[in-house]
Amino acid sequence: MSKKTQENTIGLSRRSFIKGAGTLAAASMFGGVAPYVMSNEKKVLRYLGTAVNQDQAIAAKAKEDLGITIEYIPVTTDEVTKRILTQPNSFDLVDTEYFSLKKLVPSGNLIGMNANRIKEFDNIVTAFTKGEVAGKKIGDQGTAPKKVFYKDGETSKNFSSTPTEWVTLIPTVYNADTLGIRPDLIGRPINSWAELLNPEFKGKASILNIPSIGIMDAAMVVEAMGEYKYPDKGNMTKQEIDLTMKVLTEAKKQGQFRAFWSDFNESVNLMASGEVVIQSMWSPAITAVRTKGIPCVYQPLKEGYRAWAAGFGLPTTIKGYQADLAYEFINWFLSGWAGAYLNRQGYYSAVLPTAKANMEAYEWDYWMLGKPAAKDIMSPSGQKLASAGEVRDGGSYETRMGGVACWNAVMDENRYMVRKWNEFVAS
Amino acid sequence: MARPNSSSLLALPFALVLASFFILPLILVVVVSFWDYTEYSLIPDFILMNYEELFYGCFDWGDGLCTTFATYLSTFKYVLLTWFFTLVIGFGVALYLVFCVRSLKMQIVLFLICTIPFWTSNVIRMISWIPLLGRNGIVNTSLISMGVIDQPIEWLLYSGFSVTLGFVHLYTLFMVVPIFNSMAKIDKSLIEAAKDSGASAWQIITNIIIPLSRSGIMIGSIFVITIVVGDFITIGVLGGQQIASVGKIIYVEMSYLQFPAAAANAVVLVTITLLMVAAMMRIVNVRKEL
Repeated sequence: MSKKTQENTIGLSRRSFIKGAGTLAAASMFGGVAPYVMSNEKKVLRYLGTAVNQDQAIAAKAKEDLGITIEYIPVTTDEVTKRILTQPNSFDLVDTEYFSLKKLVPSGNLIGMNANRIKEFDNIVTAFTKGEVAGKKIGDQGTAPKKVFYKDGETSKNFSSTPTEWVTLIPTVYNADTLGIRPDLIGRPINSWAELLNPEFKGKASILNIPSIGIMDAAMVVEAMGEYKYPDKGNMTKQEIDLTMKVLTEAKKQGQFRAFWSDFNESVNLMASGEVVIQSMWSPAITAVRTKGIPCVYQPLKEGYRAWAAGFGLPTTIKGYQADLAYEFINWFLSGWAGAYLNRQGYYSAVLPTAKANMEAYEWDYWMLGKPAAKDIMSPSGQKLASAGEVRDGGSYETRMGGVACWNAVMDENRYMVRKWNEFVAS
Repeated sequence: MARPNSSSLLALPFALVLASFFILPLILVVVVSFWDYTEYSLIPDFILMNYEELFYGCFDWGDGLCTTFATYLSTFKYVLLTWFFTLVIGFGVALYLVFCVRSLKMQIVLFLICTIPFWTSNVIRMISWIPLLGRNGIVNTSLISMGVIDQPIEWLLYSGFSVTLGFVHLYTLFMVVPIFNSMAKIDKSLIEAAKDSGASAWQIITNIIIPLSRSGIMIGSIFVITIVVGDFITIGVLGGQQIASVGKIIYVEMSYLQFPAAAANAVVLVTITLLMVAAMMRIVNVRKEL
């Protein structure tokens, strides 16, 4: 981020502007602002994140183990970013994705996380720190976590390309995303992203309506159709955005899409009701469809996966005691129980050895090693996900994460991209 | 000591509320629409870029409609459809309640029945259409099992049809209430006199009832039109997020922190809505006829 832009914004940052406007409005109504007293007696953490990651069981276990009450603030992916930038005092702990860091770090609203306070820091998987899985480089197009992992100071607004003790986010969970399909309604093998726009599925396909992620899926399709090879799908030029949106627009005009979805539950309903038979999807959504007894496959595709990663960050305004609580919770989160819980949902946890210690051997074999299930595989809430003998979609951790082609991203041309996306919706 | 003007004192609380929660924010929106922005900050400035981007390509006619015009066209299509159907249904319901139901008690009971759907939330009433209209929904499965159709009807859901249906379902009451109100004030002896003079039912409706319930029709129309113009939830949910609306564009821009661009869009939308309301007020002087 250039110096110039920052100087321009000093006069009236978004935060002070909104604070000012709020105070003004409040003052004009009530003649003053009531003092806000925060009690230090209660151990409460206001946890901002997306609903899909905010599991009541994790909050309950944290309460039991640490005595900390987790107050979830569930919002959508885009809304998390907006909250951090506009209301940085409204939470104590945020669970956000790495791709939004390009917006968050320059704002200075997130404080550098002290790596020395994280017990398991050295055990964090190399997919984050080095962009490697099992010693092999994986795809790094887009905002790969290794590109935005370190900051050059606790309160700095810049990334650091070399390791420092200040980390942008403490990684929690990540996954390799692909298309979800209804094998019973398709009835033939699917092995390429190009199938998403195959006229065979006219009126039965869907993509997500989060522009920055939707366009990446579209780019995977464009490459799979052999129309264009992107130097970096996660950072397109204007011409590349035009090309990608043109392909999507044509498909939309042909009636390829049944609907777009923007929230996890919508994708589950579209798939479970049979409105849609092929769509971009998130792993727990597949799980949710399957627990209804409806067949649904997280189909591995030959072009690879689009990966994402999330982690914990703290607001710059956090005070000592609250920060201690947050670090206590984060260390607990990485200590195994939560990691095992996430792995059983089809995600991957950032620290694998502790998660392994909290899983049964047959579970580890199924979820992480891609071996056939020795027993029925249960979801954390006790519903059956797979019968004995079945193999996880996409196989082992090394195959799935090793097959990552690109990461969720924020493009330099984001502003143009959003305009084009609106044009696409209007077409 | 000068006596304070009691009527302006009465108006003061509401004036204050309007000033701080409507006028002030609106001024802020107009100001912000001229600002510059980055991914993470607003930059106070005076630039026309947000408006230029908003109308980009709109005045070079060779290339089809620009995003903004196409979006407004789509929005106005639903405004017009919704207005037409809510007006026809709302007028019919009000007519029945006022002139066909004789006892006042029965009128009140039936009127309350009309409001029962409002006991559940707007969003729930909207979402409830999905299992009904879906590809494997109740309507399609019933029609197939009755042998009326072989293939499920696709256009029932996530289409212009479902959006219009949703709007009409949600907002007809906004038409019924004001029309009912103004119809109830019509002197019944006028109708009797018309009948005695040999007017047909149609003549009574067009020559007496419609002119005398103009103010109700206009207030109902203003409600429905202003609600539908800014809607993005109904269009999103029942249109499968595939149908453009101005509200939707503002929403997307807001979620990408492009507040100035969203503000510019909002200013244009507010201006157009105000112009529409002003034009309607020209046709009927609501204040005089209330």
